[in-house]
Amino acid sequence: MSNELEFLSRRVASGKLSRRDFLGRAAALGVTATFANSLLSSATRAAGPVKGGTLKAGLVGGESTNSLDPALFMTQVPFAFGKMWGELIVELSPEGTLENRIAEEIGSSDDAKVWTLKIRDGVEFHNGKTVTAEDVAATLERHSDEKSKSGALGYMKGIESIKASGKEVVLTLKEANADLPYLLSDYHLIVQPNGGKDKADAGIGAGPYKVTTNEPGVRHGGERFANYWQGDKMGHADQIEIIVINDATARTSALQGGQVNMINRVEPKIVDLIKRLPGVTIRNHAGPGHYVFIMHCNTAPFDNNDLRMALKLAIDREEMLDKVLRGYGSLGNDFPINASYPLFTEIEQRKYDPDKAKFHYKKSGHDGAVLLRTSDVAFPGAVDASQLFQQSAAKAGIQIELKREPGDGYWNEVWNKQPFCASYWGGRSTQDQMYSTAYLSSADWNDTRFKRPDFDKMVLAARAELDETKRKAMYHDMAVLVRDEGGLILPMFNQFIDATGAKVAGWVDDPHQELMNGYALAKCWLEA
Amino acid sequence: MSSPIMKLVAQRIALGILLLLAVSVLIFAGTQILPGDVAQAILGQSATPESLANLREQLGLNDPAFIRYFRWLGGVVTGDLGTAMSSGQDIAASIKGRLWNTLFLAFWAAVVAVPLAIVLGLIAVRYRNGWVDKLISGLALASTSFPEFFIGYVLVYFFAVKYQIFPGISTVYDGMPFGERVQAIMLPAAALTLVVLAHMMRMTRAAILNVMQSAYVETAELKGLSAFAVIRRHAFPNAIAPIINVVMLNLAYLIVGVVVVEVIFVYPGMGQYLVDHVTKRDVPVVQAVGLIFAAVYISLNIIADIAAIVANPRLRHPK
Repeated sequence: MSNELEFLSRRVASGKLSRRDFLGRAAALGVTATFANSLLSSATRAAGPVKGGTLKAGLVGGESTNSLDPALFMTQVPFAFGKMWGELIVELSPEGTLENRIAEEIGSSDDAKVWTLKIRDGVEFHNGKTVTAEDVAATLERHSDEKSKSGALGYMKGIESIKASGKEVVLTLKEANADLPYLLSDYHLIVQPNGGKDKADAGIGAGPYKVTTNEPGVRHGGERFANYWQGDKMGHADQIEIIVINDATARTSALQGGQVNMINRVEPKIVDLIKRLPGVTIRNHAGPGHYVFIMHCNTAPFDNNDLRMALKLAIDREEMLDKVLRGYGSLGNDFPINASYPLFTEIEQRKYDPDKAKFHYKKSGHDGAVLLRTSDVAFPGAVDASQLFQQSAAKAGIQIELKREPGDGYWNEVWNKQPFCASYWGGRSTQDQMYSTAYLSSADWNDTRFKRPDFDKMVLAARAELDETKRKAMYHDMAVLVRDEGGLILPMFNQFIDATGAKVAGWVDDPHQELMNGYALAKCWLEA
Repeated sequence: MSSPIMKLVAQRIALGILLLLAVSVLIFAGTQILPGDVAQAILGQSATPESLANLREQLGLNDPAFIRYFRWLGGVVTGDLGTAMSSGQDIAASIKGRLWNTLFLAFWAAVVAVPLAIVLGLIAVRYRNGWVDKLISGLALASTSFPEFFIGYVLVYFFAVKYQIFPGISTVYDGMPFGERVQAIMLPAAALTLVVLAHMMRMTRAAILNVMQSAYVETAELKGLSAFAVIRRHAFPNAIAPIINVVMLNLAYLIVGVVVVEVIFVYPGMGQYLVDHVTKRDVPVVQAVGLIFAAVYISLNIIADIAAIVANPRLRHPK
């Protein structure tokens, strides 16, 4: 029996038998549909990708104000579409290692100050031009220009000079940085002809799909680029389409009604309902994103470490993870790093302890309520989470007053301005990047006003350290410092929760970002 | 007969243009009251005093308000709405497609809703206070009382998810075949129809009932005309002015008030466009959209006035 089934499943995989017929025959052979389906999917995977068809994604995070200029990418839709038409210098593989893309090889001087990128031969832009070292250099120049509006500028500023010669690009840094290759995997750094200096939003890249439709806030489409340099690995569907669906219910019903093949940002509270839908698969996986409450370390009353510690001890992390994320996440420990970072080390888990919280609260000398600002846009479920925090703190004798702010303008008026508010971070690819973005004294986005010269020194020293064991120890010490003296209350790391419809095959969990780090449309395929 | 009507029409149009000018002043003044200026909004957190000064110079923000107002107005009159500051796109070009989409949806919703509402209203009057009247009024009131998003989701659940007859998301695009386009807007058009139906239906019913109490209707009844003939020939023509008014109000709503329906059905119309830019504090776009919405309201009202004048000879000769 199983021989015959295997034979049949291979025929389905090679497109010689329809899926429906296969299930019919499997039933005739007395096999349950579930077993037959799993047999089928393993056969399809073994048979490799199927070419053809149109893959559609319905995604939240697109607006009519979006632009094709990679420097201005901020939300999920430009991010995912950028990965379709653009190609990066290097990328993080799903396993967490670095994968060379337009760079064939990356080498550094011993002091991690001078980096040499060797550019791959035969990679072509959609306009037929070959990618050269000059294009790569121009791209990096554009994003590291002081006047640039690039989202990558923060760490690109650390590059002192960029030189292209022959097939190589040589980068000289102002200060040593062992993590430079990781920084180059930033999704803004799409290589463009002449670095996009002529027309940044032309949408010409070296990615697996050519831009055919670009209607910001409505839909984006691409057709397979015949000369893509890795055509065997990516770009299986003939066409891809991203439809912007910001409404969560509309997104779910579009997947359910078969109008799209995949969606992002499924809300934890409805995951269990969606799981019951036939043909729909939930794709959840851990990542570096986290939900936080941030206190300004330099503003009263939060300039008192005892008060900060009291609040950190007064939050019931397990309850919050359970009720707000429904378990689709992991416990936080008041520093912004978890196991998805390469050099992570475990630190003892902080627990809800009303007595200790009471002790520190008394010691701080503060009296009266603490004002916490929150909003639905801070993170999904932020208002509920704030109320849970209020209740758990009340048991420790700490009164938290909640102020619910309008979502419109929250990121301009409240976050990074008010001393105590709810917020979220998407995480970064390395610890250095995370700490440099938000915990270095000089960081623009230092939203906890954590300004410690000793910490800054540790960041710079770890950045230049090439010995992994020593580096790990340094990052451990930095984490302890942020955890015990910083202004960050981090109750939980969230998971990315995507969902795919029937027929979608080739999904691989990727810890870095949602939708397989943005590559789901290019790496998945439609089963026959 | 033509000259007094033409004169009245010209008067109304002139009045409409004046009103639109007044609205444009209000819109412009409103955006001036907002804290911060456009330059501040464009540069955001990274603004330095020098870059602010440069950008102000470049955008002409140093000129007095009335000069900037006339510059803006001059642009609007010549079809130049400026560029969106968040994306740098030409506003007129982006609005064109959106406005067309909105009008397309409103048109089909109106094509169904207006005749349906009037016919239902007539039927309700014919069988007034009977069960048919009560059924029609009851159902129409129920559909109006539900919030738009609820009607939208119910339609999606049954027609898109459960039976998959129509698409649940209505993304339309340039070059989409007409048939597909109509199919795509089926559900949002149905939702809008349900939302506006009751108002128009009830108004038709009330207006005709009002006329039915006149002496000439009684005469017509005494002449032995059938109930429908009385309504059609004597009552309806005299009730047309208030009916047109309420129809125009609802048409205006179909164009400027459909944000929620657009969001649920992911329909790329004006409402969604406005919301996106309001969140980004993109003042030039908000000004442009505000003006267009005002123009829609004013012109539909002019049309209603003119239609009422044409329908009712008494209004043509004010005492």
